[in-house]
Amino acid sequence: MHRQSSFTDAVLDPDRAAPGGVNDGFGGPAGKRFDVYRNNVVVSLTEALETGFPVLRKLVGDAFFKAMAGVFVRAHPPASPRLQLYGQRLPGFLASFPPVAHLPYLPDIARLELGLRQSYHAADAAPLDVGGLDPDAMLALKPLVAPATLVVQSRYPIFAIWRANTDSTAPGPAAGAQDILITRPGFDPAPHLLPRGGVALARLLKGRISLAEAMAATLAAEPEADISALLSLFIASGALTLERKDP
Amino acid sequence: MRDMSVPSRLPLAVGIGYKSRHYADLLADPGPVGWLEIHAENYMGDGGRPIAQLRALAERFPISVHGVGLSIGGERPLDRDHLNRLRHLCDWLDPASFSEHLAWSTHDTGYLNDLLPLPYTDATLARVGAHIGQVQDVLGRRMLLENPSTYLAFDETTMEEVDFLSELARRTGCGLLLDINNVFVSATNQGTDARAYIDAFPLSHVGEVHLGGHDADVDDTGRPLLIDSHGCAVVDPVWALYRYTIAQSGPRPTLIEWDTDVPAFATLRAEAARADAILSPVTA
Repeated sequence: MHRQSSFTDAVLDPDRAAPGGVNDGFGGPAGKRFDVYRNNVVVSLTEALETGFPVLRKLVGDAFFKAMAGVFVRAHPPASPRLQLYGQRLPGFLASFPPVAHLPYLPDIARLELGLRQSYHAADAAPLDVGGLDPDAMLALKPLVAPATLVVQSRYPIFAIWRANTDSTAPGPAAGAQDILITRPGFDPAPHLLPRGGVALARLLKGRISLAEAMAATLAAEPEADISALLSLFIASGALTLERKDP
Repeated sequence: MRDMSVPSRLPLAVGIGYKSRHYADLLADPGPVGWLEIHAENYMGDGGRPIAQLRALAERFPISVHGVGLSIGGERPLDRDHLNRLRHLCDWLDPASFSEHLAWSTHDTGYLNDLLPLPYTDATLARVGAHIGQVQDVLGRRMLLENPSTYLAFDETTMEEVDFLSELARRTGCGLLLDINNVFVSATNQGTDARAYIDAFPLSHVGEVHLGGHDADVDDTGRPLLIDSHGCAVVDPVWALYRYTIAQSGPRPTLIEWDTDVPAFATLRAEAARADAILSPVTA
């Protein structure tokens, strides 16, 4: 009745024997024939992580990533067949995985790569277009944060780390905290460095208030913020929309 | 009027498993490719490029939705959320076919992303039959069930796979997806005769045929162990088995699958042309 429990346990644990009740089709032990399933499971899930976390992989190297992925997939197989979402638990896993304790920014890089994928699959929405509007009309707009827009906060310079590993001409990272705004005006998500006050502005805009109100509240919370530069970034990067999200 | 004995709305032509990297090449010159198969789980997002590409492709080609993660053979109840996502996809896309596998992939621990094997017993038959009925009820359409590649056997099995599939089709009214490469792989791995399997198969229920590549290895005793990889060209004995099958069944929508180490579109188109050369004379 519960054959699939022992089968699953054996698939995920290379030190276990093949489950009882199976044979090689000729009356002998299943042996290597059972290992086909073990191999398929770990290899295919490892490939899903390699596809989903290219910068993380580059940071730790192919061989280390594969070994780490082998540990992760056995401990945390996907919760759903939608593999494009696989790895939600990877940041937490990395934060407590002793071999990478000296690389404390890795969990945030994993969060950034999860965010990029989430953005890639998010609902479509036309970016807010303020062309032709006078400033008062623009500031009275009550836009939505687009479904593909996400904020990733970090104590580490994750934007610089990400860029240095996706663009060989980018400068190397310096120390310091960096927050990121992910937007997807078309089909390709892009991360933007989010200056001071940006996290507050993004949070405020989720309340469906006017741009004028959001700017004032951001300045109240973060007096040092360059609010006009922030607003320009949100509009130019396609972070906002006037469309309602698809039900 | 099409041949109503073929349980599928797919054209009697050759299709390919769609890969997004082939999007532009496919639209520019599809060659003999007359329809496309997609993996359902890749199109369950809310939007973005995958959905936009699929909408555009569906204007040009009939689409077959092929599920790989429903775990129809699972001991657990079917995942209602996943079934609802499948229904949503089938509702807006209205594909020419929906198919899934005689296998399981999800258990309490999670989703294992492989097509895991089942013992062929009365208990399995009852469980899988109930799951197929549930899928067909929720989707509001007839599904096709695919025969697996098998590497090992279960002590408790009491039925032949062909009889098991025939009985499922009889009980549930589902059609069958006959994967010729899986037949060849399983027969080789079990030392049985692939042509005898085809001879015994209920070919009138077949709504689609799959062709794909496999890897070759040996087991602990040195017997051949073929592994269904979809990572290379279809081998000559599988082409011969396809020709043998089509001669008996009549024309069937035929898919070229190539899922790992995906080649340039021209390579896939050449495989499609090879299948078309076998299929077209039977269709005409």
